[in-house]
Amino acid sequence: MATVSVTQTSDLTLHHVTKRFAGDDHSVPVLDRIDLSVKSGEFVAIVGASGCGKSTLLRLVAGLDDQFDGDIEFSGERVRTTDLARGIVFQDHRLFPWLNVEQNIAVALKNSGRSKEENRRAVAEHIALVGLKGYEKHHPHQLSGGMAQRVAIARGLVNRPKLLLLDEPFGALDALTRSRLQNELRRIWEHERITMILVTHDVDEAVFLADRVVVMQARPGRIGKIVKVDLERPRSRSDAAFVRLRDEILADFSVPQDTAAAA
Amino acid sequence: MATPSLELETGSGAITASGEPGKAGGWRGWVIPVAALFAWWFVSRHVVAGHGMMTSPAQVLHTAIDQARSGALWRALSASLARELTGFTLGASLGLVLGALLGVSPFANRLIGPSFNAFKQVSLFAWIPLISVWFGLGDVAKVVFLSLAALVPVVAHTSDGIRAVSPALLDVARVFHYSELQTVRYVVLPAALPSIFTGIYLALIYSWLATLGAEYLLVAGSGIGNTLVDGSEQFRMDLVVFGVIVIGVTGWALNAFARAIQQRWFRDPSA
Repeated sequence: MATVSVTQTSDLTLHHVTKRFAGDDHSVPVLDRIDLSVKSGEFVAIVGASGCGKSTLLRLVAGLDDQFDGDIEFSGERVRTTDLARGIVFQDHRLFPWLNVEQNIAVALKNSGRSKEENRRAVAEHIALVGLKGYEKHHPHQLSGGMAQRVAIARGLVNRPKLLLLDEPFGALDALTRSRLQNELRRIWEHERITMILVTHDVDEAVFLADRVVVMQARPGRIGKIVKVDLERPRSRSDAAFVRLRDEILADFSVPQDTAAAA
Repeated sequence: MATPSLELETGSGAITASGEPGKAGGWRGWVIPVAALFAWWFVSRHVVAGHGMMTSPAQVLHTAIDQARSGALWRALSASLARELTGFTLGASLGLVLGALLGVSPFANRLIGPSFNAFKQVSLFAWIPLISVWFGLGDVAKVVFLSLAALVPVVAHTSDGIRAVSPALLDVARVFHYSELQTVRYVVLPAALPSIFTGIYLALIYSWLATLGAEYLLVAGSGIGNTLVDGSEQFRMDLVVFGVIVIGVTGWALNAFARAIQQRWFRDPSA
């Protein structure tokens, strides 16, 4: 399906979404009756320790995996396969090494049904959006990790999806680059107002970017609690309210401290 | 076998500096050949002079000039190359089709794969008796043999290359709703291309190496291998050495040509 304007509703509803690994009837499910609603234009972050199924959940919403019980509905339609209206950015940039930056972004437009001229303009717009003007003809191996991930984000946005899923997009980057890209993402979201769901293990990142933070628990994967972040943007990480929210969320990662072991 | 290369990032692109020997400062590679040449000259002149089994550099040079002037060299070399290129083209083309089939279709792979793997293990030269019975000893038989030599690496590298395409990239194709055909055309083939080219590169080399074997074992006809064989039967060691040198140089030239193409189009940029 071709892309649509972001002003249409893009509500996402997950109802009793359950996933087990194939043939694994007796063990604990990866996802256990997940219920979640995301409103159009919202920024939701999902945090949780490893193994809580957050990446799996994202793949289900993206339509990359259709083996699950329960319902996922997006814009009033059931989700069972991929769609250009739901974009995804992975942790590894997954750019095609044989294509340059422009061509990599254009990969997304192959089935967009628009004219060549429109596509060219969209690519140029999005290169500017992620701040990579001048690097159009570069190949992935000539880009730093942060730059490559920005190309991946541009590729995820160029189809003007109604929903953008981000699976630990900055996890593989150094702290400085991560901080920069978090700001860029905030700026892009404020500019485009696309619904975004960000999976991250970085609670600071979640509180910095999201309207709501969904905290997941593992074994079985389930939603622990949902924390509303009502702070004005741009947010300051040293702000008292920010710190309070972050600590509240971290407290949920109840890892029993072993006093004998050093930090 | 890839030459080491350094890539420096600038704002406008990458500069590649190759440390390939043979360029300025690669004189060290010449030390052994020159020393060997000198040793050969010395031995043939002062140690075993006049012996029937030994020939001198001077004599080989003389023979070389003779062969070149009389046209015998070009006739023989062109006959060999023509056969090699024919066999290579046939074998590589067939190999591409078969390799693509095995790579793309798991069904075909289950059906044909085991048989092909068994076939691949049989030494090429074991086919000579069958080939000579079915096709005789002339050009046709040789081309069949060379096609087999070219076929095997192309099938292996093509199917492996296709099957090794990263599932991460295939995910991306799914995200953007690529049809099967689009996925093959825009993701699988470009990703597999370096491997496919390696198969073709090897096919070129193997079919040249097999050329000598073909001419030696399927004796009817002319070619540079035949020159060498004739020389050996007539106890003309100068002709033998000459033949070896020509075969070696041609092989080296083919290798250099294929590698140049690889450097230019298929340099693997992903670190």
